[in-house]
Amino acid sequence: MIFDILFYASVSICIVGTCYKVIDWTKKSVANQPSPSFFHRFSSLIKGVAATVFSHNIIGLFQSFFIDVLFQGRILKTSLLRWAMHFLIFSGFMALLFMHALDKVFIEQIFPWYYPTVNPFFFLRNLFGFMVLAGVGIAVYRRYIQIPARLKNARADFIAILLIFFIILSGIILEGVKMTSVSEFSTMVEDYAGLEYEDEDTLALETYWVKDFALVSARVKPPFEQDVLDQGFQLHETSCVDCHSPNTSAFMGYAVAKIISPFALFLDKFNAVTFFYYVHILACFTGLALVPFSKMFHMIATPVSLMTNAVEKKHGPKDRNLLTKQLMELDACTHCSTCNLNCSAGMMYESIKNDYILPSEKMQVLKKAVGKKQLTAKELKALYQGLYICTNCDRCTVVCPSGINLKSLWRNVRENFIQQSPDVPFILSTFSFVRGLNPGNIEKEVYAEPLAAAFKKTISIPEKTKPLKINARADGVNFTIDLPLVDTFSHCFGCQNCSTICPVVACFKTPEEELTLLPHQIMYSLGLGLVDMAQGSAMLWNCLSCYQCQENCPQNVTVCDILFQLKNKTFKNLQDID
Amino acid sequence: MNYALFLGCNIPARVPQYEAAAKAVLKKLDVGLFGIDEFMCCGYPMRNIDEFVFLVSAARNMALCEQAKKDLLVLCKCCYGSLKMAEFHLKQNQDILENVNAVLAKEDLVFRGTIVIKHFLSVLHEDIGLSTLKTHVKVKFKKLKIAASVGCHALRPAGVTKFDIPAAPTLFDDLVNLTGAKSIDWSKKSECCGAPLLGINDAVSQSIMEKKLSNAKQAGAHFITVACPYSFLQFDTVQSRLAAEDTNWKTLGPVLYPQLLGLAMGIDSTILGIEINQINIASLESYLSSEDDTKEK
Repeated sequence: MIFDILFYASVSICIVGTCYKVIDWTKKSVANQPSPSFFHRFSSLIKGVAATVFSHNIIGLFQSFFIDVLFQGRILKTSLLRWAMHFLIFSGFMALLFMHALDKVFIEQIFPWYYPTVNPFFFLRNLFGFMVLAGVGIAVYRRYIQIPARLKNARADFIAILLIFFIILSGIILEGVKMTSVSEFSTMVEDYAGLEYEDEDTLALETYWVKDFALVSARVKPPFEQDVLDQGFQLHETSCVDCHSPNTSAFMGYAVAKIISPFALFLDKFNAVTFFYYVHILACFTGLALVPFSKMFHMIATPVSLMTNAVEKKHGPKDRNLLTKQLMELDACTHCSTCNLNCSAGMMYESIKNDYILPSEKMQVLKKAVGKKQLTAKELKALYQGLYICTNCDRCTVVCPSGINLKSLWRNVRENFIQQSPDVPFILSTFSFVRGLNPGNIEKEVYAEPLAAAFKKTISIPEKTKPLKINARADGVNFTIDLPLVDTFSHCFGCQNCSTICPVVACFKTPEEELTLLPHQIMYSLGLGLVDMAQGSAMLWNCLSCYQCQENCPQNVTVCDILFQLKNKTFKNLQDID
Repeated sequence: MNYALFLGCNIPARVPQYEAAAKAVLKKLDVGLFGIDEFMCCGYPMRNIDEFVFLVSAARNMALCEQAKKDLLVLCKCCYGSLKMAEFHLKQNQDILENVNAVLAKEDLVFRGTIVIKHFLSVLHEDIGLSTLKTHVKVKFKKLKIAASVGCHALRPAGVTKFDIPAAPTLFDDLVNLTGAKSIDWSKKSECCGAPLLGINDAVSQSIMEKKLSNAKQAGAHFITVACPYSFLQFDTVQSRLAAEDTNWKTLGPVLYPQLLGLAMGIDSTILGIEINQINIASLESYLSSEDDTKEK
């Protein structure tokens, strides 16, 4: 009765929670991207699924189901150890689900002679449990001892590991306690062997079980008499052996039984079997109910992501299910950090220490933002930086074991950020190359506006009518930032070679107006200690870094390097993330 | 000869045919390539934002090569320039080196500056040598005029990159000429392709590219050859977009140098990924004329 209530309650929570999550997939959008109505998106989803299933893509789906979902080939590509870890947990857990938890529904239908205490099932249950525990062991080793570079641990990862561990451990303890329990033994004897517990025959059987089956009894203690053991063995052969294999086959339960044997009588007196039974089913049902609300939801989302991305190649703005897919992919992320290990911007993270440069952490914070939590201004600033410091090498997408199309997600969310807060100067860095290369369907004005805003923010046009305030050199040239040789501007004797040869200057009819200060004027300004003025020049952000200026300077002024330094200084001032 | 191959970020994501063609050519030339999976960004885009981070990024790649005891072969000219620039600064300044190595130490890496960084073209020109290369050319191009775009980040600052003579570079011309094609003289061959400003100031970026392309066309080039993914994307992706917008546009087809050399070495155009280029350069093959063909005629 209690079992049924708990079972149906947890199944209902799991189903309702899953539906809720799936509805969220078609309702919300990552980082508040503009979204069509729920109804529109839901119907697009249904159409998309139908169009995929009723096409040649169905073959791709099957292929992906076997190779990516069941065999987990994408994890194997990243690391053998990780694959072993996940495959042990996955296969062990699935086997336990079908052979043990749902035995009446599955295994009994296939093998009518199934009995939980008969081999091979008795042994297999332990073997599968052992596989899961071995997998959990590897997971703990990987996450907390080995710790690959840039691996991040979150509370959700710990909870998932703990939950699986607890489900299996409670099952093994329950089995061990059952083995030692005399009350279990007496019930079995009366229910299955047709003997009375008080019979003398039963005593002989009990003796045999105490000796070989790890049973702990108050009335039978060593040393045992051989003829009693023989008699017990014969009774075991006639009454028990058909539906109870040796307890040693259940090696983990047997080990627990041996360990707890000194306290077994005490435990049995307090009905430990019932206690651990409830602990075990509560652990299982808690796990089941938590599936939609924990990392374990990847059991549903990751196969969906793997199969979708295996057949669905277009990820452009034409894809009407793009927002829905992005939401699903957030749930498919298992926070495994494979992306972080391979991220081309990994060293930028190591020096700047903004977690959101790492793909896995961007996924975490985007997931958080999709939920009800509002991101703080500081988090938003860091996320913007994290989204921008990305070389678009696409490696995260290539290696992701969950098959998530991260490159498309970054591109969309980044563009959304650019348009929502247009004056952030990151857009003036070469990280914008891919935006310029593939502007996609962005309208021309929408594309250009953030650039104009960023230029406006970083450029200050000197007022030519007023006399310049020349700082004392001592504080003006407080400028030797990180690299040597930057004070070479003081060698400038004003030949203007740099400005004459600059191909950018040559692009403008009135360069001194459009670029505000030409390269040689920037060098002058620095010489006069007017660092702010130099820093406000539009020339900085229009520099190609082709090094013509520097190469052709007769005074060896490192013109181009100095422009880099000035850009750095601007970013430092504008983007300091505490 | 054995090198660690540095691909950078753009080639695997956007110009896979450069990797394929370079590997095919180097294989025929018996150059061993060693893959290092842990390579990351060379630091190039980061230099705009934070020079120190740029140095760390570049130094880590070089430190990985030191660990593997392999010299570095770089395909991208911007990666090459970045790595050389970082090497230069790290060797100049002990304080920076210590700070950079403190970051690298977390992964048990250290930059000492013991390896040689070479661009793909320098490996062909200096290490393999023109005479050896010539023996591998099976089919020569005839009457083909090529504009060789040198690539500014490899060329300048010459004191740092040590790639070629900045005022009058010849390395790339030698490599083009040995295929039978003629490397033409054109005034903008050492100019920038405009890629660094793409996405920042597209008007300037395109204007720089247009000037360069029209200069090459005026000089009589049939194709323009590059050995850098940035220049290639500029001449291939951006040019094809401009051509689509402007009906009067006369396209100058870009060819990656290993594609050009590969064809002359008798490597199949499919292996060289020629059909992956957005701008169709299939007509390049019509300039090939083997000596056998002429004999038959």
